[in-house]
Amino acid sequence: MAPRTLFDKIWDHHVVETLPDGTSILYIDRHLLHEVTSPQAFEGLRLAGRKLRHPEMTVAVVDHNVPTSDRTQPIEEPESRNQIETLERNVKEFGVPYIPLLSANQGIVHVVGPEQGISLPGMTIVCGDSHTSTHGAMGALAFGIGTSEVEHVMATQTILQRPAKNMRVTVEGTLGAGVSAKDVMLAIIGHIGTAGGTGHVIEFAGSAIRGLDMAGRMTICNMSIEAGARAGLVAPDDVTFDYVRGRPFAPKGEDFDKAVAYWRTLSSDDGAHFDTEVTLRAEDIAPSLTWGTSPETVLPITATVPDPAQESDEAKRVQMQRMLDYMGLDAGQKIAGTPVDVVFIGSCTNSRIEDLRAAANVAAGRKVADGVRAMIVPGSGLVKRQAEEEGLDKIFLDAGFEWREAGCSMCLGMNPDRLTPGQRCASTSNRNFEGRQGPGGRTHLLSPAMAAAAAVTGCLTDVRELA
Amino acid sequence: MDKFTVLSAVAAALPEANIDTDKIIPARFLKTTQRTGLGKHAFDSMRYLAEGSENPDFVLNQQPWRQAEILVTYDNLGCGSSREHAPWALLDFGIRCVIAPSFADIFFNNCFKNGILPIRLPRDICDALMGDAAMGSNARLTVDLPRQVVIRPDGQEVPFEIDPFRKHMLLEGLDDIGQTLQHEGEITVFEQTVAGERPWMPKISFE
Ligand code: SF4
Repeated sequence: MAPRTLFDKIWDHHVVETLPDGTSILYIDRHLLHEVTSPQAFEGLRLAGRKLRHPEMTVAVVDHNVPTSDRTQPIEEPESRNQIETLERNVKEFGVPYIPLLSANQGIVHVVGPEQGISLPGMTIVCGDSHTSTHGAMGALAFGIGTSEVEHVMATQTILQRPAKNMRVTVEGTLGAGVSAKDVMLAIIGHIGTAGGTGHVIEFAGSAIRGLDMAGRMTICNMSIEAGARAGLVAPDDVTFDYVRGRPFAPKGEDFDKAVAYWRTLSSDDGAHFDTEVTLRAEDIAPSLTWGTSPETVLPITATVPDPAQESDEAKRVQMQRMLDYMGLDAGQKIAGTPVDVVFIGSCTNSRIEDLRAAANVAAGRKVADGVRAMIVPGSGLVKRQAEEEGLDKIFLDAGFEWREAGCSMCLGMNPDRLTPGQRCASTSNRNFEGRQGPGGRTHLLSPAMAAAAAVTGCLTDVRELA
Repeated sequence: MDKFTVLSAVAAALPEANIDTDKIIPARFLKTTQRTGLGKHAFDSMRYLAEGSENPDFVLNQQPWRQAEILVTYDNLGCGSSREHAPWALLDFGIRCVIAPSFADIFFNNCFKNGILPIRLPRDICDALMGDAAMGSNARLTVDLPRQVVIRPDGQEVPFEIDPFRKHMLLEGLDDIGQTLQHEGEITVFEQTVAGERPWMPKISFE
């Protein structure tokens, strides 16, 4: 057989049938549901008198709309409450395993999946949410789908797909001090652009990627979608297997060994064909952040804000100027030293225990700057509990951070955690679009350590200066 | 999805071009958790007056067109936002067939996905059908999908074109799901094979 990529192997393993027009019926191993994109799908099933083909391959959790403050009170916003109550009715009616709001296991769907061992290497995983790419860090083919497709998976446990193109992004070398997975991914997106991965599944490879823990790999795969890709992948290895072992839904005992034997076959063969190859050197990557309203507007923290006048392309120049105006920045100014109003550490990109440790490391013994609101939103109830066992909550609370409940929170402004117009936020999330964190809000995407540095200095800061 | 075979129904004329999906269903009604129930908001801005009461001059507020199941309009029906809520709203109102000289692409596709038959006919024929529609319940139109003709009240038959695959899907009441389920045998075989290869695949349950 011709050498195959990791993507090809997972794909081949899941094709039920390829139809004459080239579309494949692709089998789905895990279907994750949340409250926003599932209601019409359940309704569609009900109207057609259909059932879920495999409820035991499906999991539902509430995350997007939930408040991250006191949860014992009823949810105030009627539309959010309605979506959550609708999900609760639906999972009951259709027999879907469900993690309720008040469960210790509740959290952001893309944190909960790997954490519970629900997402495993070699699987196909879908969810009505674009950041499903996160699960690719397990060595699984994971991508976001629309509401009609959610219904299709519910009824058939398959999806209609055409194969993607293969892209490999290789990062070789050793990351410098203060440089994290988030900086690597921002550098990659800055390099290839937000459309650079269009039509592709990206496999992340190279010694710098191999050297990352699972949380770091999830951060990278999470933002594949910001690079335009359909999904991101990291080949499973011992780091992956050690992470999976002992998780609630991971295979146990002999089954685990059998699984690992299979998972070890999941890497790209030597000589496998990639349609696109990109290589970065780890040593060239500095702590980074975005200055504009597109995730590709990446700068090292040491740089100055670009000047539209230097841009020869008219359309790009106009767009850059619009971004500068929206972000309240001047061309040529140093990005470091820009005062921030809010610091948000959370989201499916950076809310795992490793992320919180990195932030706590910077926050320890320091105080949140006057006038800055700084929030820590753990990705799940279990992350929260683990952090509390390690005493991270005390570090954050002593420093003046808010210590909140798990959820999407200020990542998307769909729940009570929102920016007000003009507020500038140092955020560990994944999208900096206009209004994403609240109407008129200004988002700088950066790593948890960089976000903590901004919190304690009150401005965008090179975390290496706080070492 | 309901099958579409022969539809004999009251037709309503909306002699306008570029009726966009925002007119069919305004954005503020998209926060729903349902596909159904949007019918009462279909054509909201045309159908209701500022203070919320029905606009008596709008055709769908008049008898017998409240029962219309066929809609005839001018060019570029369904342009604008790609929202699938537009066909959902039409269907919930009771519309099963839309006839126009031309349609916006996504809306055209979304109609098929939801069991609505969109028919392209030249402008002069649309004018004639609008004339028939104005006669109300005495002048029902018949849309015969198997024979691919619209039959006017005077018996005149107007042929129309339709992609054979889409015709098949409508006649059988198949959506994408229905189509995939025709391969259910293959899916089951796949499941049995994979279950043998990967006996360690865990089931999820919080019981
Ligand atoms: S944290 Fe943000 S990006 Fe992640 S699932 Fe929630 S809303 Fe989407």
